[in-house]
Amino acid sequence: MNRPGRRRFVAGLAGAMALPVVSRAAGAQIDSLDPMVWVFTKGVPVQKGRVKLELPVLADNGNSVPLTVTVDSPMSATEYVKSIHLFSEKNPVRDMARFYLGPRGGRAKVVTRVRLAGTQTVTAIAALSDGSFWSDSAHVQVTLSACMDES
Amino acid sequence: MSARIRIVPARAKRGEVVEVSILIQHDMETGYRRDDEGRVIPRDCINLLTCRYNGVEVFRADLSSGISANPYLQFYTVAQATGELEFSWIDDLSVQGSARASIAVSE
Amino acid sequence: MKGGGASLLIAALLAAWAYGAAGQERRIPTGELRSGIAFASPEVRAMQADEFSNPGMLWVEKGEKLWSTPAGGRSCADCHGEAGTSMKGAATRYPAIDRASGQLLNLEGRIRQCRSERQGAAAPRYESEELLALTAYVAHQSRGMPIEVAIDGAVRPHFEAGRAFFYRRIGQVNLSCANCHEQNWGRTLLSETITQGHPNAYPIYRIEWQTLGSVEHRLRGCLSAVRAEILPYGAPEYRDLELFLAWRAKGLPVETPGVRR
Repeated sequence: MNRPGRRRFVAGLAGAMALPVVSRAAGAQIDSLDPMVWVFTKGVPVQKGRVKLELPVLADNGNSVPLTVTVDSPMSATEYVKSIHLFSEKNPVRDMARFYLGPRGGRAKVVTRVRLAGTQTVTAIAALSDGSFWSDSAHVQVTLSACMDES
Repeated sequence: MSARIRIVPARAKRGEVVEVSILIQHDMETGYRRDDEGRVIPRDCINLLTCRYNGVEVFRADLSSGISANPYLQFYTVAQATGELEFSWIDDLSVQGSARASIAVSE
Repeated sequence: MKGGGASLLIAALLAAWAYGAAGQERRIPTGELRSGIAFASPEVRAMQADEFSNPGMLWVEKGEKLWSTPAGGRSCADCHGEAGTSMKGAATRYPAIDRASGQLLNLEGRIRQCRSERQGAAAPRYESEELLALTAYVAHQSRGMPIEVAIDGAVRPHFEAGRAFFYRRIGQVNLSCANCHEQNWGRTLLSETITQGHPNAYPIYRIEWQTLGSVEHRLRGCLSAVRAEILPYGAPEYRDLELFLAWRAKGLPVETPGVRR
């Protein structure tokens, strides 16, 4: 009587096929002319790599989606992450957040919970102390409530 | 504004990387919702959050409505000296909040 | 059918009806009883399990402060001392009949009554920060303990009323609670998995609400979903239904503050 939910099915299938259940880079290239990118990089090319943006493949509710962004960096006095820019493809406010780290950071990893207005791709761009920019993207399916709660 | 801070480990060795987490009670009102009478509920989100370790900024965040209500943030910092991590933040209505937690650092 | 066969059939039917009424067997077998958290995504489960970042804990902490704050001249602590001791197990027994007034009270109702009758303070509004925080704090003291409400004695008519409500089709959509939560739990509705509809984690941080809310708030959400009239806060129907739901959830551990989608 109790059929497994879709999530468990997807997770099981993913496990069987060794697919990630956490959304990772969709392989899409960063558009340097995207205002969200330009305002951060001022045209300096953004390279893929060193940044790992983790979001669930399927989000129950767009109001709160856990997000982790990690940058491969020694975080030393001379080589560190200056900031991480998080932006959205579809949110009304595309500029989601900017995290400013620095040489005292120890580890370039930030965890938070974000709002996603529907299924979309989220992108993180990291600005390193040497002036380079690196990025990663993740695609999230955001589902809606089955029942309208207008209480 | 209620907030909880967690530092792991709360007692660290100098040079050790510690994990810092904060959870703040705040609606992070997007400005896109309407009340029962159909009026827009004005936007009110925490837009800036700073963490100072013994007075020196070690983490800063520009936030927006894209961050969930009751914002949760976790980051890292290097244990330098015994003292305090002080968080301060401000929202779109210019309401300020702050919270602090102690860190004990041994050589 | 032969006469003997017919009377045997009638006897069997009568026995089944009698057992159903007096034996109070729940429709979901105990072995299949599942808290709502069992149907949640890994992310929601992680959010509830993380003692620090579970957003509901913000209200539990607030409740802890309110517990020792005088209201009307007296704090909860003045009578009840340490909540960790005095309130342990309290949430597992509500809703219950208040002996003095004969009323059926849930935890929120008991707190409101304490405020107005024993502390000489204003009873906090339903869904107010104060009431949510105190309810979350008190219920949190029973975390992990199994729900065990009484349904016999003075409380019986409330139980029957609650049960009748649960099985009654309502609203434009003409659905009863049972249609989803008893006949179709575990199945997917759009993209959600239907739960069994238990009240063991309340007050909950519901991501849809982006805040903490009571059982009553959640029931109103269901009434809205089936396009039924949303009864006002404090309506006796909610209380009776909550009692029935608690009986139905007997044995499930309190999870307050729960996190749900």
